[in-house]
Amino acid sequence: MSDVPLIFEKSRKGKEGFVLTAPDVPQVEISQVFDEDLIRCDLDLPEVSEVDVIRHYTKLSTMNFGVDSGFYPLGSCTMKYNPKINEEIALMPEFTQLHPYAPQELCQGTLEVMYHMQNFLAEITGMDYFTLQPAAGAHGELTGMFIIKKYFEHSGQKRTKIIVPDSAHGTNPASASQAGFEVISLKSGSDGLVDPKALREVVDENVAALMLTNPNTLGLFEKNIHEIAEILHEKGALLYYDGANLNAVMGIARPADMGFDVVHLNLHKTFSTPHGGGGPGSGPVGVKAFLKDFLPKPIVAKKDDKYVLDYNIPYSIGKIHGFYGNVGVVLKAYGYIKCLGASGLKEASEVAVLNANYLLKKIKDMFIVPEGNVCKHEFVVSCKNWKENFGVRALDVAKRLLDYGFHPPTIYFPLIVEEALMIEPTETESKDTLDSFCDVLQNIYREAQENPDILKSAPFSMPVKRVDEVKAARDAKVIYKE
Amino acid sequence: MKYISHAPYQIDEMLKELEISDVTALFSDVSDKVKLDRDLDLPLPLNEIELKREFAVLSGKNKAADYINFIGAGAYDHYVPAAVKALLSRSEFYTAYTPYQAERSQGTLAAIFEYQTMIAKLTGMDVANASVYDGASSLAEAILMACRIKKKNKVVISQTLHPEYIETAQTYAFGSDIKVLVSPCNCLYETDWDKLETLIDGETAALVVSVPNFFGVIEDVRRVQKITQEKDIMLIVAANPIALAFLKPPSEYGADIVVGEGQPLGNSLNFGGPYLGFMSAKAKYLRSMPGRIVGETIDKEGNRAFVLTLQAREQHIRREKATSNICSNEALNALAATIYLAYLGKEGLKSVAYNCIANTQYFINEAKKYQGIRIINSKVFNEVAVEVDNLEEKYQKALNAKILPGLKLDKFFPEQAGKLLVAFTEKRTKHEIDELLKILGVD
Amino acid sequence: MSNIPLTLKYTQDHEWIAVEGNHGKIGITDHAQEELGDIVYVELPEVGDKIIKGEPFGSVESVKAASDLMAPVSGTVVQVNESLDDSPELVNESPYDDGWMIVVEVEDESELDDLLTPAEYKSLVEGE
Repeated sequence: MSDVPLIFEKSRKGKEGFVLTAPDVPQVEISQVFDEDLIRCDLDLPEVSEVDVIRHYTKLSTMNFGVDSGFYPLGSCTMKYNPKINEEIALMPEFTQLHPYAPQELCQGTLEVMYHMQNFLAEITGMDYFTLQPAAGAHGELTGMFIIKKYFEHSGQKRTKIIVPDSAHGTNPASASQAGFEVISLKSGSDGLVDPKALREVVDENVAALMLTNPNTLGLFEKNIHEIAEILHEKGALLYYDGANLNAVMGIARPADMGFDVVHLNLHKTFSTPHGGGGPGSGPVGVKAFLKDFLPKPIVAKKDDKYVLDYNIPYSIGKIHGFYGNVGVVLKAYGYIKCLGASGLKEASEVAVLNANYLLKKIKDMFIVPEGNVCKHEFVVSCKNWKENFGVRALDVAKRLLDYGFHPPTIYFPLIVEEALMIEPTETESKDTLDSFCDVLQNIYREAQENPDILKSAPFSMPVKRVDEVKAARDAKVIYKE
Repeated sequence: MKYISHAPYQIDEMLKELEISDVTALFSDVSDKVKLDRDLDLPLPLNEIELKREFAVLSGKNKAADYINFIGAGAYDHYVPAAVKALLSRSEFYTAYTPYQAERSQGTLAAIFEYQTMIAKLTGMDVANASVYDGASSLAEAILMACRIKKKNKVVISQTLHPEYIETAQTYAFGSDIKVLVSPCNCLYETDWDKLETLIDGETAALVVSVPNFFGVIEDVRRVQKITQEKDIMLIVAANPIALAFLKPPSEYGADIVVGEGQPLGNSLNFGGPYLGFMSAKAKYLRSMPGRIVGETIDKEGNRAFVLTLQAREQHIRREKATSNICSNEALNALAATIYLAYLGKEGLKSVAYNCIANTQYFINEAKKYQGIRIINSKVFNEVAVEVDNLEEKYQKALNAKILPGLKLDKFFPEQAGKLLVAFTEKRTKHEIDELLKILGVD
Repeated sequence: MSNIPLTLKYTQDHEWIAVEGNHGKIGITDHAQEELGDIVYVELPEVGDKIIKGEPFGSVESVKAASDLMAPVSGTVVQVNESLDDSPELVNESPYDDGWMIVVEVEDESELDDLLTPAEYKSLVEGE
């Protein structure tokens, strides 16, 4: 074992990688173009060769793990397989070389894809209008919050509160807060769902909306969704859909039919675009017709057989991205939807739910399962019994799973379940992989019984051993210093 | 079956294990009121061959993609080297998730640490984050950050910032009751500093300038420094990262936060996204920064390793009290920028910047020979605003010659009709520039 | 079993205050530091700042959590424990001693009346 390498340490004075020769235009003296005191004295960037670069980053990639490497059951992330054909089409130079300010009549290919995507997503969710501008799910949430805020301001109402279930993803209250709302946390019922009675007590004319994920973060379908929608709409409030869990219900149920007014989707989750190590994603937002005048501008419209960027949105919230959003990501999701079609998307959701229920059945006896025997596309188990019986925590189970070649599930989320493991297999995993995962968990369970220190010291076979997070936060060393 | 990994008999085995006859039993809690009673109305599924055929047709309609590109205005046609593309195609990088399990993600984490380092060095600042969505939102987040730090609610921003950045900042400000005051520029597309000073008062948290600015002009940074020092306000600078190969890092004229669009560093135009917003700041503001941050640490055996750190600022812990709601970064785009900067290094980045400058200066000098074009301000890096006689006609002529001559400024400034913003990257040749000059210069 | 010194007064949010004359020394309890885990950073006000009873005066961060520090009384900060800058772990190791956070000049002594006694705080902790 040795230090994780950094490119700076391979730097040698005078080495060259990619350096351009002089251009074919006349030479210029930099000091004649810029004032002397505007010119920098030194530039501290590495000096390495092309071979150095290729070897270093190739080595770094081998220290990583992607969906292509193995099972990645991160709950709430939908780590499904990223189809290679979509990578190929998104890399076509006719798409990558297109400038966002080129004349629109010369960009009809991309604009057509964006237009159709807006419509596909509207059909899949039942919403009326879509914007592709948000660059990630959280970005979509913020956009949705701004739309809701503008809507109420425009109608002369001052509503300052957003309700968020205590099981919600942290981005929900953070987005509401960043949009200037006060967040009211709603305690989940004993069944893990929203309790309509408790909800009724907090909804008043000062509430702008409830943010809800359905199925929720425990993998449970909100069976009272109609009543929930009524409670809010009766008081003139709106219902916001966090689309992170759409993979459970494509072609089966649509948020619009459940009563949602604003929706965000995660193309990098449900629609198979790669996560990239943390981005780029894409978080399109859909609205019912009465909110269309508040969308960010522009959206793509069709005028006389031509696709155009339509900036004519009378009460638009403005812009949340410098251009039109992560178009390169949208292209990949478009390819996915075109290849699956209605039948493929429905099948994806059905198999996602089948896989999750199968896995739940096979492993539940090893854990405490807070919410019953049936889930949707993901489920949550608690390692509380492991903590009490063997003195090992969810973190230790996760680290030991690494040694067996799996990426661990999400840990410590949702916050309302102690020592939580949130598991989402997705539809692209085989029965063989799921069975293998069960076998490994059973092994680890035995290890916890017989020799818990193995878990507490894990992982052993990774490029590094367990890292010291406390030191990282205390020292806060975020750039390289020789 | 698309991307489903089961053999049909295995699905049967799973159903049997669950003691159900088909999957619909798993959806019994979805009431009939909510259940979709028809198929989704989407086009019939295509196989790969059909999808490629469709894309061949679509791609043919993106005619501008192979025109000679002189449009800049926040997105630049720089060359993306083959080595960058090759490394980015490694699936361990692009199919990975956010590096929460540090021991399994040292590749992503080390690369982000390198990215933070190089951005900090380029901008001259002490610390940097792992990137945010794009230049516009990085500016918006910087404004929110400055207001948080100073506990004030006003920001003065020069009109010479990219208009879509200003609009994005105003949208973000809508969430916080922050006032974004836009200070006008003069007819040379420079900030009118005297007017700007009058807009600063006791409630101002920060001043925002862009170097170069939207019109390509290098602003008077000495004046900027003087104002921010005298008024004791924070300075936010939006910078072009390629320009920083030669231009003084903003830290040297008092910047507190530096942001900008990282697209020029190894990322393609892609019709506006995905891009990446970089963000760097003084050390004392580290804990106020939004976004992911990677820190150096050691593992149990004392070897250097990297991990996501300072997460207590972030949404998954702080929830509504987080520094921002941001959950991801533009990791793959930041990786491209990292590899690009490492591969070009000191000399390579300077050579790219030099090519941009040389091309721009050539255009400026040659333009003087033509009656039909007038340079408005030549104190520029890689982009210059010109007044062109009969612009509409000439613009069309350029398109006919498969040239994108620039951005017509009346897209954002209706009173600036007849003016064109022209950008020059290292991809442009003397011949291409001569062609452009002939079209624009000759009536 | 967490340590609850008998000479101190406590808040619902797990701060303690030691009163001497019109000065109050403030920190967080043993229970609080235990819940937070290894503390990595403490954000404190500056000497001269005013704090208001019931409102946050700073924050304390561990790797997995961040909590606001709530003021048990109103007053002006007269001393700040600078060692916590470099050694935030002092709060874990010695929450009532070396891990003290600030000293304030108490504005209104009657504000101390509704704070919790050691016995009341003990019930609170046991109830959690």
